[in-house]
Amino acid sequence: MVGAVSELPALSILIGLPLVAGLACLFVSASAARWTALVVTLIDLALGAWLWIGYDPAGAQWQFVERVGLGGGINWALGIDGIALVLIMLTLFLMPICIGASWRAIEKRVPEYMSAFLLMEALMIGVFAAQDLFLFYIFFEGGLIPMYLIIGIWGGPERIKASYKFFLYTLLGSVLMLIAMLYMVIEAHTTSIPALMSYDFAPDAQKWLWLAFLASFAVKLPMWPVHTWLPDAHVEAPTAGSVILAGVLLKMGGYGFIRFSLPMFPEGSAMFVPLVFTLSGIAVVYTSLVALVQRDMKKLIAYSSVAHMGFVTFGLFAFNRQGIEGAMIVMLSHGLVSGALFLCVGVVYDRLHTREIDRYGGLSDNMPGYALLFMLFTMASVGLPGTSGFVGEFLSLVGTYRVSTWAAIVATTGIILGAAYMLWLYWRICFGTLRHADAAAMPDLSAREWWLLAPIAAAVLWMGVYPESFLRPIRADVGRLLVRIERATPKSDSLPIVRLPHAPRAAQR
Amino acid sequence: MNRLMPILPELILTVGALVLMMVAAFTGRRASGLTSWSAVALLVAACFALIGAPSNAGPLFGGLIAADAFGAFGKVIIFLASAVAIVAAHGWFERGTEHASEYSVLILFSAVGGAVMVSATNLMTLYIGLELTSLSSYVLASYRRGDERSAEAGLKYFVLGALASGILLYGISLLYGFTGTMAFPGIAAAFARETTHSIGLLFGLVFLLAGIAFKVSAVPFHMWTPDVYEGAPTPVTALFASAPKVAAVLLATRVCLDALGPAIDAWRQIVIFAALASILLGAVAAWGQTNIKRLLAYSSINNVGFALIGLAAGGAKGASSVLFYMAVYVVMTLGAFLCVLRMRGKDGEPVEAIDSLTGLSQARPAFAAAMAIFMFSLAGVPPLFGFWPKLLVFRAAVDAGLVALAVAGILGTVVGAYYYLRIVKIMYFDEAKSPLVRVRAPVERFLILAAALAVSPLGYLLIGELGRLSDRAAGSIF
Repeated sequence: MVGAVSELPALSILIGLPLVAGLACLFVSASAARWTALVVTLIDLALGAWLWIGYDPAGAQWQFVERVGLGGGINWALGIDGIALVLIMLTLFLMPICIGASWRAIEKRVPEYMSAFLLMEALMIGVFAAQDLFLFYIFFEGGLIPMYLIIGIWGGPERIKASYKFFLYTLLGSVLMLIAMLYMVIEAHTTSIPALMSYDFAPDAQKWLWLAFLASFAVKLPMWPVHTWLPDAHVEAPTAGSVILAGVLLKMGGYGFIRFSLPMFPEGSAMFVPLVFTLSGIAVVYTSLVALVQRDMKKLIAYSSVAHMGFVTFGLFAFNRQGIEGAMIVMLSHGLVSGALFLCVGVVYDRLHTREIDRYGGLSDNMPGYALLFMLFTMASVGLPGTSGFVGEFLSLVGTYRVSTWAAIVATTGIILGAAYMLWLYWRICFGTLRHADAAAMPDLSAREWWLLAPIAAAVLWMGVYPESFLRPIRADVGRLLVRIERATPKSDSLPIVRLPHAPRAAQR
Repeated sequence: MNRLMPILPELILTVGALVLMMVAAFTGRRASGLTSWSAVALLVAACFALIGAPSNAGPLFGGLIAADAFGAFGKVIIFLASAVAIVAAHGWFERGTEHASEYSVLILFSAVGGAVMVSATNLMTLYIGLELTSLSSYVLASYRRGDERSAEAGLKYFVLGALASGILLYGISLLYGFTGTMAFPGIAAAFARETTHSIGLLFGLVFLLAGIAFKVSAVPFHMWTPDVYEGAPTPVTALFASAPKVAAVLLATRVCLDALGPAIDAWRQIVIFAALASILLGAVAAWGQTNIKRLLAYSSINNVGFALIGLAAGGAKGASSVLFYMAVYVVMTLGAFLCVLRMRGKDGEPVEAIDSLTGLSQARPAFAAAMAIFMFSLAGVPPLFGFWPKLLVFRAAVDAGLVALAVAGILGTVVGAYYYLRIVKIMYFDEAKSPLVRVRAPVERFLILAAALAVSPLGYLLIGELGRLSDRAAGSIF
């Protein structure tokens, strides 16, 4: 890093800016709050771009490091590696879009709404940037409060149930992780995440610690069978809430696996590979089937999220480069694509105020622009080559196959099922005849909506055509992770086994 | 004179309270404003008087009390909480008819009792301190004697409190009989001498702890809490939930770790049971409450359970986590009660129904935000500061090898989170119009703001300093 850049506490500014703006929003009028939120998220995005440029993929593992002791065993310690960098970029990229998506849709209590979103942004960046175990936990859990308020205040008719379910489910998962963290800190005498990433816990303790962390990340990701909060939360949350939930909050689970479970407990992770593969396999197949029969658009996309997260866990626990890089790309891609799909739902919901699939049909006639973009995102979700979905899912499947043939077979059926439910959804909404007069009267995308969806479309294509831009920053870090977990890598069942040829029987005689 | 310096804070309060009582006797109700502000001044002066000898002089008067950092830590909390209870009452009671000067005098006596409790190193002084606090509390609970509920609260508190005092005294007499001493070091030595404790000693220990459990309102001796908290005038409830509770928890800490230190295996199981039962019952019983004061009563039972986890962990770390916990707990609880004090109906009458908070976030966003901060903080949800003391008690428990206890306790926080969330839900998610009206109370507003800022994420800046203070205080009893 060049001196001048590393002098500035870039990450603190990145976190502090939305925090301050969020407080300021509470005291201004609705339109001022909208503009404040938009401007601040855009400034943060610009700062993030500067961070991206300043990040040196070949440099030190941790860059932009800051550390201030608060006493009592907690430090304001921030720093990012490539993995954190790309996830922070995803957050920063989605935030202005969320604000834009709420521009018209949210009419009541706008200042509080914008404040909650800005607070959310600060906490999410904090999760990815934290280098202190307790600081991480505070950011990780802190996100519950704004999301609880977003679902509960601005959500749909069943919002109260959904907000409780979201809060209590996630809290229950996370508190067990806290105990594990306390154990680790007492055992290793440090709260520093980088230090813990190279600390070797006894394999027997790793087993329990891994399970405690699983409880938290499995709920957050979510993995089957603890995914049931997700459809409710998605359906009830306002559009922007769904975007941020699917786009970033779910990624915290995957990030947790890659930052904590794998490097801190390699043996523990290896021990539970069969469990993770089983759960992921069920997630991919079962939730895809469930998605197939949904009548609510948001619910369908929510279940598809669970299925896609199955690819993430498959890839992460494959213990090889393709798998882990693939999982990262699936996370980024899903963050963009599912966010975009929720925005697409939001577009028609704002016009017709229903998410019932049957109420639409034939929209490609009266909304050609919408149909075009929606198709792009549908294809990306299915994993069409040329879109981001393909890169991630392909890498993740290759990685999985290198460890387990069976897991790869199950995972691949998920791709077929994914194509089935997404294409069927698209067909029912955009093709066919215009059956309903009110749906036929809907105008095409407005300029604002183009501005929301076009950047995501560009990013999806970029990631699909030239994934190197996103793989380069994480390559060195995945390499370090692989070195760390090499000793525990499970045995593969799909590689050819080299043996000496049998001598023919006749010759023996 | 020098021998009296270490008890200067208690002297200030005692003499001041006696003078104020005279003033009250001669001026009647006219001087209620004067007496309450002088009482606040006395309490603040007593805090400053703690600097120096009163916090490091060691054992005094032949080991009856000890002037150490542990006691000083507790006294600061007790005095400040008492001062807040006096300030809060100022705008609450109907001036001239109800708000007599005796109120402040009683709180001063209660504070002196609390100060004796936290520095007692002899069962006799322990009992005297406890009774001084309790007697003042009984009167304070029934302070609105025209109000049936208040009278009932006072009577209930008195009858059950007297029973608990009896149990405690019985325990003390057994311990005295079997050890031959009332001094904590002597009792500790007696316990250390025997490898298997005699039945008599164990009985004494159990009765002593049962009596103390009543005072800290730990399950299964919590029955009085909801009724008394509901019936007592709200400023008095705020006091009950803070100063005497801190005094009792700190007293329990000193008794367990000092006098009963060598018998840790005997009392740990009792404390663990009380802790888990309090957490669970405090959380579950609060679910269906419709009265905010009852809800906060269960919340205080729940919170005492967490403090007791730190006590069960034992050692300097456990004691330090208890002190830290109680310091933050008092701020959160007083903040919540100050908010309750500002819940007024159309004619300025106090409202206690939880339903009346409906939709408050629209009519009075700042009030609702403060209440929400206290609720989330009491629930221990980060990034609010209420999370950190919970983390400290769990850390102490894991450090002491009580991982199962920590897991059970932390699952209890999730159960408890439900009812705190309910308050937030009622204020933020429900649409109806709140019947509450605004009351002018600048001092309380300032106090609420200060408390809310202290438990906001800004509180984390205090971790270092507060941690050092509680560590030093905890270190002084070993």
